[in-house]
Amino acid sequence: MFDEKELSGIKKAREEWEEKSYKEYLKKHPERKKRFTTLSGLDVKALYTPEDIAHLDYLKDIGFPGMEPFLRGIHATMHRGRIWTMRMFSGFGTAEETNKRYHYLLEHGETGLSVAFDYPTLYGYDTDHPFARGEFGKCGVAVSSLKDMEILFDGIPLDKITTSMTINGPAAVIWAMYIANAERQGIPKDKIGGTIQNDILKEYIAQKSFIFPPEPSLRLIIDTFEYGSKYVPKWNTISISGYHIREAGSTAVQELAFTLADGLTYVKAAMERGLKIDDFAPRLSFFFNSHNDFFEEIAKFRAARRIWAREMKNLGAKKPRSLWMRFHTQTAGCTLTAQQPENNIVRVTLQALAAVLGGTQSLHTNSMDEALALPSEKAVLIALRTQQIIAEESNVTNTVDPLGGSYYIEWLTDKMEEEVYKYFDRIEQLGGVIPAIEKGFFQREIAESAYRYQREVDEMKRVVVGVNKYQLDEPISIPILKVDEKGERIQIERLKKLRRERDNAKVEKALNALRKAAEGDENLMPYILDCVKAYATLGETCDVLREVFGEYKEPIIY
Amino acid sequence: MRELASKVLKGDTRSVARLITLVENNSRNAANAMKIIHKHTGNAHVVGVTGVMGSGKSTLIYELARGYRKQGKTVGIVGIDPTSPFTGGALLGDRIRMQELACDSGVFIRSMGTRGALGGLTGAIFDVIEILDASGKDVVLVETVGVGQGEVDVVKMADTTLVVLVPGLGDSIQAIKAGIMEIADVFVVNKADRPGVDRAVAELESMLDLKHVEGERRTPVVKTVARKGEGVSELIQKIDNHMNYLKEQNLLELRRRKRYEAELVEIIRRELMSYIFDEKRLKGKIDDLVDRISMKKMDPYTGAEEVLERMLR
Amino acid sequence: MERKIRVLVAKPGLDGHDRGAKVVARALRDAGMEVIYTGLHQTPEMIVETAVQEDVDVIGLSLLSGAHLTLFRDVVTLLKKRGMDDVLVVGGGVIPEEDASKLKKMGVAEVFGPGTTTDEIIEFIRKNVKK
Repeated sequence: MFDEKELSGIKKAREEWEEKSYKEYLKKHPERKKRFTTLSGLDVKALYTPEDIAHLDYLKDIGFPGMEPFLRGIHATMHRGRIWTMRMFSGFGTAEETNKRYHYLLEHGETGLSVAFDYPTLYGYDTDHPFARGEFGKCGVAVSSLKDMEILFDGIPLDKITTSMTINGPAAVIWAMYIANAERQGIPKDKIGGTIQNDILKEYIAQKSFIFPPEPSLRLIIDTFEYGSKYVPKWNTISISGYHIREAGSTAVQELAFTLADGLTYVKAAMERGLKIDDFAPRLSFFFNSHNDFFEEIAKFRAARRIWAREMKNLGAKKPRSLWMRFHTQTAGCTLTAQQPENNIVRVTLQALAAVLGGTQSLHTNSMDEALALPSEKAVLIALRTQQIIAEESNVTNTVDPLGGSYYIEWLTDKMEEEVYKYFDRIEQLGGVIPAIEKGFFQREIAESAYRYQREVDEMKRVVVGVNKYQLDEPISIPILKVDEKGERIQIERLKKLRRERDNAKVEKALNALRKAAEGDENLMPYILDCVKAYATLGETCDVLREVFGEYKEPIIY
Repeated sequence: MRELASKVLKGDTRSVARLITLVENNSRNAANAMKIIHKHTGNAHVVGVTGVMGSGKSTLIYELARGYRKQGKTVGIVGIDPTSPFTGGALLGDRIRMQELACDSGVFIRSMGTRGALGGLTGAIFDVIEILDASGKDVVLVETVGVGQGEVDVVKMADTTLVVLVPGLGDSIQAIKAGIMEIADVFVVNKADRPGVDRAVAELESMLDLKHVEGERRTPVVKTVARKGEGVSELIQKIDNHMNYLKEQNLLELRRRKRYEAELVEIIRRELMSYIFDEKRLKGKIDDLVDRISMKKMDPYTGAEEVLERMLR
Repeated sequence: MERKIRVLVAKPGLDGHDRGAKVVARALRDAGMEVIYTGLHQTPEMIVETAVQEDVDVIGLSLLSGAHLTLFRDVVTLLKKRGMDDVLVVGGGVIPEEDASKLKKMGVAEVFGPGTTTDEIIEFIRKNVKK
């Protein structure tokens, strides 16, 4: 990227600096550590210079936003044109309670909705299922039927706001409920926008809310790609996720590599089914974590864009939109502490800033009480304000990719890309993502990183402020959210009423039709829609699929 | 101990579990209970399952247990995992695959670490088999540590030994050491939905051809896909057939005799070691000897002679 | 032969967050204990039955989904019914202070909140396990 002569001059000068200034200084003032690394373990030098990025070609490797290689951004204007969506992941108790929280957040300036479901819902069980005991509404909202969906979005104009739903195993069913509800509101499905997470591969790897085995799960996912591209064109039918992989303990490099590998697996599976890549690729989206190592995270987001664009092009994508890496980010929950919870506000701020500088399209900021309970109103407001302050007051959005050109950032971006391709090779050697999952490859990598991290913290090699350094001997006393116990009974009553009042013959007919279709290879979305519209419950619908597809049992890796 | 023994004989889960712990920890009292229960053993069909890590032993055992339960039989399962030679700890994960049977009162599952024993088993295995047998279990399935080549010890304690192989996993059939070939009473080719299964079976059969003697029992080869439950009923049949064969040919007694011999030797060894190394009198002496051997002031043989002389006096 | 401390690490209910349980299982193994990890989605009945068969000294319950008051209580109640009163029950996960006190009153010996080191857990077990 630089002139030969100029570069060799810089090299000479740098060597002199190293020998004279740097080493001399070290003699009197040794550095704080023997080795400085990123959180992923990549070695970081004291100084980066043009030499470190000389091998890059500005036009080919860095380029301009909105064009290949898309390193600097997927749009020409990025946040100058549109601030990221402020989308706070949210949900607890009954649909009524969550609806109230949604109105609160919208009132206070969030610009997109994001639904958190409770565990029974995530696994496709109704609230009155024996496995649901004690779990109702505790970590998200319970949705057992279309009725709950109607209440959940009461008073919210689904043609004016987009909704992201964190649902995987039963994603197709929940999506069908959303679509059916919008239609009831008078909004046709080609007008609604949003996302379903629908990323089963990372469930096997990290989040573990899978239901069916890989093959039928992939079938369902591609059914959604197909249906979405034809009938719900503004919907992102998948959010290929790294967040959970990171939360399970992986490094940034692993998060990036595993997520992109998952993404490419979905693309290839869809193409194998006969779908044209440019038909569905524009509606693929991603979801990343934003963790503590400020610059590594920024480099990660940039590398993600460049790698994805390249790989998609290699697979034959022609439309520019098919090459765009559009992503939502959530700040890292696992870094937040129970001790001195106010400190978490600071952590989240830094993590959110990294995501913004990394060019995220959408952002969720965690609340300070993350390690203790679901967000209280006060805590979630501060988290939202954090985004608004960054957007309105800090001016970081004045220019696109402000850190582009930094010797360190460009070098780190490149280095991370290199590491990611090493992982790509290993995954390929194992036969691809699904064989690697069965062999426990990802799970082992993650468990190793998680264990190493914990050892470092326990041995004080890694500082967590307030936890193993700068501790306070005070009880943790901030007001926290409590889920109303009455909600469970209300929900169960509602279910009973629903089952009594609906046309049960219609329900049975729809479920039977779904069963038959599931045994064949038709697209299941229309059948699932019929079921939910007849007010078949989530559990009833998923039970049919469980019957036909079976349930997945995971290999155990420590 | 009498009470504990009588509860074990009645099949009380807690008592069975407690006695296993006592023998595993080499408690002095355990011997009294073990003495009582011995004559109530001999009914259970002991099946050893060995094979490399990743061959699906746990899932196979789970499916076998389910199959036996359907026949109305009760099952004891012992899962063995390696104890770390450095920390002395162990991650015992065999039961994960079998947790659906956790609340079936006709199934007892116990996870054990090797605790320093070699050969893929634990020193307490004979005791555990006797306890499960005496408590009324019809079948006892023992899953050994999957190191693959060194587990010939399993044949000492099992009536029927299964060797589980997987096409494409580990060494090719040719490379399997002679010892493993000999100990198998039934070969199981698991994950038989993978490519290479027919070849693996063919290779096995041709090796069996080589060692087969006319008139003798030929080791059967069974294909299974454990995680789908395929081939399991056939496998159970082959296992039952083997027991019938042992009984008909009057070989069962011979097998069991080998087990009792190994058991006796193991108990003697354990007691001796305990006496020598745990007895406070001799402990200091042992340390002292080891120091001298380290400094080349003495050799290990002379040291051993000193200890034995002292003991036998 | 020395006695080993046997620990059952269990994840009750539907919670799928197993990072902590696995890290603790491994740490306990490295501290010389025998650890039985039974994987996800264990019912209280499965947990207690496993504890009986494995004759464990300690049960470690990990739960981050908020269902701890119900499920931990079920485990402790069932343990009492089976006469396993001397088993040390400890827990961890996302459990607010107030709930931790409630759990301790129910019979959970200690609740290890976020930020606890593995060494602390190991020490607690060694000190409080029944001899």
